[in-house]
Amino acid sequence: MPEHWIYIGLFAIVGIIVPAAALILSWILAPRKPNPIKQSTYECGIETVGDNWVQFKAQYYIFALVFLIFDVETVFLFPWAVALSKLPLFAVLEGILFILILIAGLAYIWRKGMLEWI
Amino acid sequence: MTFWGDPINIIAAWLRGVFTGWGMAAGLANVLIALLGVVVLVTFAMLLDIGLVWVERKAVARFQDRLGPNRLGPFGLFQPVADIIKLIIKEDITPVGADRLIYNLAPILAMTAVLLLWAILPLAPVIFGVDLNVGVLYIVAAGAIGALSIILAGWASNNKYALVGAFRTVAQMVSYEIPMVVALLIPTILAGTMSVKGIVEQQSLWYVLLSPLGVLIFLISAIAELGRSPFDLTEAESEIVAGFHIEYTGMKFGLFYASELLHAFTFGGFIATLFFGGWRFFGLEQYPLVAFLVFMVKAMFFYWVIMWVRYSMPRIRIDHLLAFNWKFLTPLAFVVLMVTAVMNKVLASAETWVYALGLLLSNVVIGWITVEILRAQARRRRKAEENPARPAAVEAAHN
Repeated sequence: MPEHWIYIGLFAIVGIIVPAAALILSWILAPRKPNPIKQSTYECGIETVGDNWVQFKAQYYIFALVFLIFDVETVFLFPWAVALSKLPLFAVLEGILFILILIAGLAYIWRKGMLEWI
Repeated sequence: MTFWGDPINIIAAWLRGVFTGWGMAAGLANVLIALLGVVVLVTFAMLLDIGLVWVERKAVARFQDRLGPNRLGPFGLFQPVADIIKLIIKEDITPVGADRLIYNLAPILAMTAVLLLWAILPLAPVIFGVDLNVGVLYIVAAGAIGALSIILAGWASNNKYALVGAFRTVAQMVSYEIPMVVALLIPTILAGTMSVKGIVEQQSLWYVLLSPLGVLIFLISAIAELGRSPFDLTEAESEIVAGFHIEYTGMKFGLFYASELLHAFTFGGFIATLFFGGWRFFGLEQYPLVAFLVFMVKAMFFYWVIMWVRYSMPRIRIDHLLAFNWKFLTPLAFVVLMVTAVMNKVLASAETWVYALGLLLSNVVIGWITVEILRAQARRRRKAEENPARPAAVEAAHN
C-alpha cells in the first residue's frame, strides 16, 4: 500500500512539472518590454486609490468558522459511513444523533443571524 | 490473460522484464514503470484539455445560436492549438509590487490540483492510476488545493479587486464543500467502501436510481466548487472585472482557464463514476477499451450537462449563493444522508428491488416535503406582501 502513495507523490511531481514547463516555454518565447505604465496595478483605467491590501470583512471569518465545524463533522462521518454495512441499527441511530446535534448547532447559528451576508 | 484483456499489466510486466534484464533493482524498475504510467496519464489529461477547449467553444456557440470557431481546420478543430500558441507568445506583464513567487506559483497549483484527481479516476476495470482505499476523501483534499491556488492568486496580485474576488471565491468554495462531502458520503454508505474503484464495482444497480437527490446535491455543489456559472462571481466580468485573475496574462491565464475546463470534465467523470456506474454498461465492460470508451462518453455527457447549466442561467449574487448553501443545501444534504443510512440498514436484507424501491421512494418523499416547505414559505411571503402592513400597535397587541 505505500506504493500507492509513491504513485501519488510521482503524480504530484509530474503535475507540478507539466504546467511549470508550459510557463517556462512562455518565458523563453515571449517578448519582454516592461514599462511603468504597463506594470501599474489595474483599477478600471484610473490611478489606484488607497492601500491595495484592503480590510478583511468579518463575515468571511464567520463563514469559515461554520465551515470548520461542519468539515470536522464530515471527517468524523467518513469512517462511520464506510463501516455502516457491518454495524447494527444502533450504530446508524448513534451516527444520526451525532448529525442531529450538529444540525441543532446550524439552527442556532441561523436563528442568531450569523448566516446573513451583511 | 490476453493483451486486450489487461493491457496495462501486460505492458508493465514486459517492461519490468526488460529493466531487470538490464541489471536494475526491482524497486527502481517499479518506480520507473510507475513514472511512465504517470506521464502517460498526465499527457492524456492535457491532450483531453486541449480538446475540451474546442468542445467548450463549439457548445457555447450552439447554445447561443451561432456557429463557433470554424476557420482553422475542419470544424475549427485546430482552434485550441492556435489559442495555445497565442497564449505562449504573449508578453508576461507582472504588476509592480506583486509577490513574485506566489504570483507564479498560483496557476501552477491550479493545474496540479486538477491533475492530481486523475490518479484515482477509474477509466476501465484495469485502466486506472491507483486504487486508493481513501479515494473519496482524496477527491475532497485535491479539490481543496484548487481553492488554495485562488487565494494565492488574489493575494499575490497586489490588486484590491483580485483580493476581493479571491475572498468571495474562497467563501463560496469552502461553503459548498459541505454539501459536496455529504453527497459523497451517500455512495460511500451504499457501497461500503471509500475506494472509487470499489464504488464502481459495487454498482450493479446504478446509484442514481437509489439516490437521485444525492446526484442533484453533488451536481450543484460540484458546479459551485468549480467556480463555474451560475456560481462564477469569482470571474464576474461586470462586477469585479475578472476577479482573482485580473493581473494574469498569457500562459498563466491560460493555465487558469484550462484547469477550470479540465476540472469540470473531471467532476463530470466523478459524477459518472460515483452515481452512474462509471465504466459499467450492461455487461459490455469485459473489453477494457470498450469500458474506457463508455466512461469517456458518460463523462462527456455530464460535462455537457455542466456546460448546459452554465449557458442557461444568470449569475447568482453572493448573499443568495451563501444563503442557498447554508439554509437549503446543507440541511437537505444531511437529511438525505440520514434517511439513506436508515433505509440502507433497515432494508439491507430485503430483495434488491425492494431495497431500490425503498431508497428511491424515500428520496421522492424528501423531495416532496422540501418542495412543500418552500411553497409554504413562498405563500407566506406572498400573503405578507399582498396584505397592507398593519400598524405596529395592533401587531404588538396581538403578540
